[in-house]
Amino acid sequence: MAYSEKVIDHYSNPKNVGTLDKSKTNVGTGLVGAPECGDVMRLQIEVDEQTGVISDAKFKTFGCGSAIASSSLATEWLKGKTVDQAMTIDNMDIVEELNLPPVKIHCSVLAEDAIKAAINDYRVKNGLPELEVENKAH
Amino acid sequence: MELKLPIYLDNNATTPMDPRVLEAMIPYFTEKFGNAASRNHSFGWVAEEAVDYAREQVARLIGANEKEIIFTSGATEADNLAIKGVFEMYASKGNHIITCTTEHKAVLDTCKHVEKLGGQVTYLNVQPDGLIDLAELEAAITDKTILISIMYGNNEIGVVQPIREISKIARRHGVLFFTDATQAVGKIPVDVQADGIDLMAFSGHKMYGPKGVGALYVRRKNPRVKVTAQMDGGGHERGMRSGTLNVPGIVGLGKACELCMNEMAEEADRLSKMRDKLEKALMQIEESYVNGNTEHRLPHTCNISFKYVEGEGLMMGFNKNIALSSGSACTSASLEPSYVLKALGLGDDLAHSSLRFGLGRFTTEDQIDYTINAVTTTVNKLREMSPLWEMFKEGVDLNAIEWAHH
Repeated sequence: MAYSEKVIDHYSNPKNVGTLDKSKTNVGTGLVGAPECGDVMRLQIEVDEQTGVISDAKFKTFGCGSAIASSSLATEWLKGKTVDQAMTIDNMDIVEELNLPPVKIHCSVLAEDAIKAAINDYRVKNGLPELEVENKAH
Repeated sequence: MELKLPIYLDNNATTPMDPRVLEAMIPYFTEKFGNAASRNHSFGWVAEEAVDYAREQVARLIGANEKEIIFTSGATEADNLAIKGVFEMYASKGNHIITCTTEHKAVLDTCKHVEKLGGQVTYLNVQPDGLIDLAELEAAITDKTILISIMYGNNEIGVVQPIREISKIARRHGVLFFTDATQAVGKIPVDVQADGIDLMAFSGHKMYGPKGVGALYVRRKNPRVKVTAQMDGGGHERGMRSGTLNVPGIVGLGKACELCMNEMAEEADRLSKMRDKLEKALMQIEESYVNGNTEHRLPHTCNISFKYVEGEGLMMGFNKNIALSSGSACTSASLEPSYVLKALGLGDDLAHSSLRFGLGRFTTEDQIDYTINAVTTTVNKLREMSPLWEMFKEGVDLNAIEWAHH
């Protein structure tokens, strides 16, 4: 199966690879997936506490090209959004943007899970209740 | 010489056809198109003669008599014919078959089928190096055992089983020994007499011959072995395999066998040197592991896991220029990582991180140098973006983390 050009582009030039300081209260970290399943994503957001806007996002991913591309794209989309806006990112948006084939939809689900996990980590650190997350992964 | 791209290192999946094989085949598509079973005219005689000659070429490569070669459509059909055919033919003797967990699906799925027909099958586990335990094999034999089916060389890790020891055990207990030798024939010396093999499957397209043709060796003496045909028809191939003979394919298989016979020793030497160079260089990468026994191994194969990077993601770094295979789940339809690697006791994480290198007749040294460089660069690049690598480097015990399995 051939990869879409957008997947290849994100894979070859991934955006926002890296690590944020997880000890900071305005940094939220989401770590999802499992090594046994062949993909693990760690996605981090840094929130501007005055405005509630995500000022920075970083990822590291162990997985196939589509998993790397999904998380790279997610960090691009997160930057500049408010935390509330970020909650609305849907995995199918990622599927559409990257032209993922059906067998790679789970990569987009993982990216959505990682976004939500990062936001929840941020919320819990800041005394906010965890948001209900619909579990799309099986 | 200029570096030839893309580089093909997936010769265990299929090999390119040798141009000399193609040349031998071409007349049999056009002017020499006869049916080898047409006994009454020259078109038939020409075709029959070509088949007879090919049968000799094939038999010679494996130390058999030409009457012991049954042409098939490939190794999958030969595996099916051997296992189902023995199961049916020897039903009065017993119903028990012994095989092992790292066999090709053509053997495993055929055994599953036989189980549905009332057969009993023992699937031996392999040791961590991929070899079966001979004591375990012998202990599994019962008075109902009719067949031992153990592959010669493994397609994923290249491990070569102790064929002579297995056949001795089979002989001692009066059990037939079948081996799927698809990866071994033409690559290493295989001799059905010296090896004590009763039935053996192999295929043209793994040894620089055409796709769609293979053979089953069926022993005729000491003991005389028979298999029940699995297709009904004109009674070709001594009644064991009906169907008009694929004359061009058979001519190609014969030529491929002849070339392997003449060039095998030199080629194996050249390939194992290049393979060892590749392996040695890639083992310089931290946290890389060779899968399977390296002493009893096909000369052109190696399988390496690069921990903390995922195989498909890894291949994507160079698959425009290098073709190879991974045991990663992402490359399979089932989303399960390689069952062969798992049978060695590898964790799923290492199975996901594996690459299989299959060198071949047309692999060159500068292609190997290019591959070493490309794989090393990509592993390093992907580890820089792997959260697992970062955790490993920080001394985090990955097994202590509660992963959300999905």
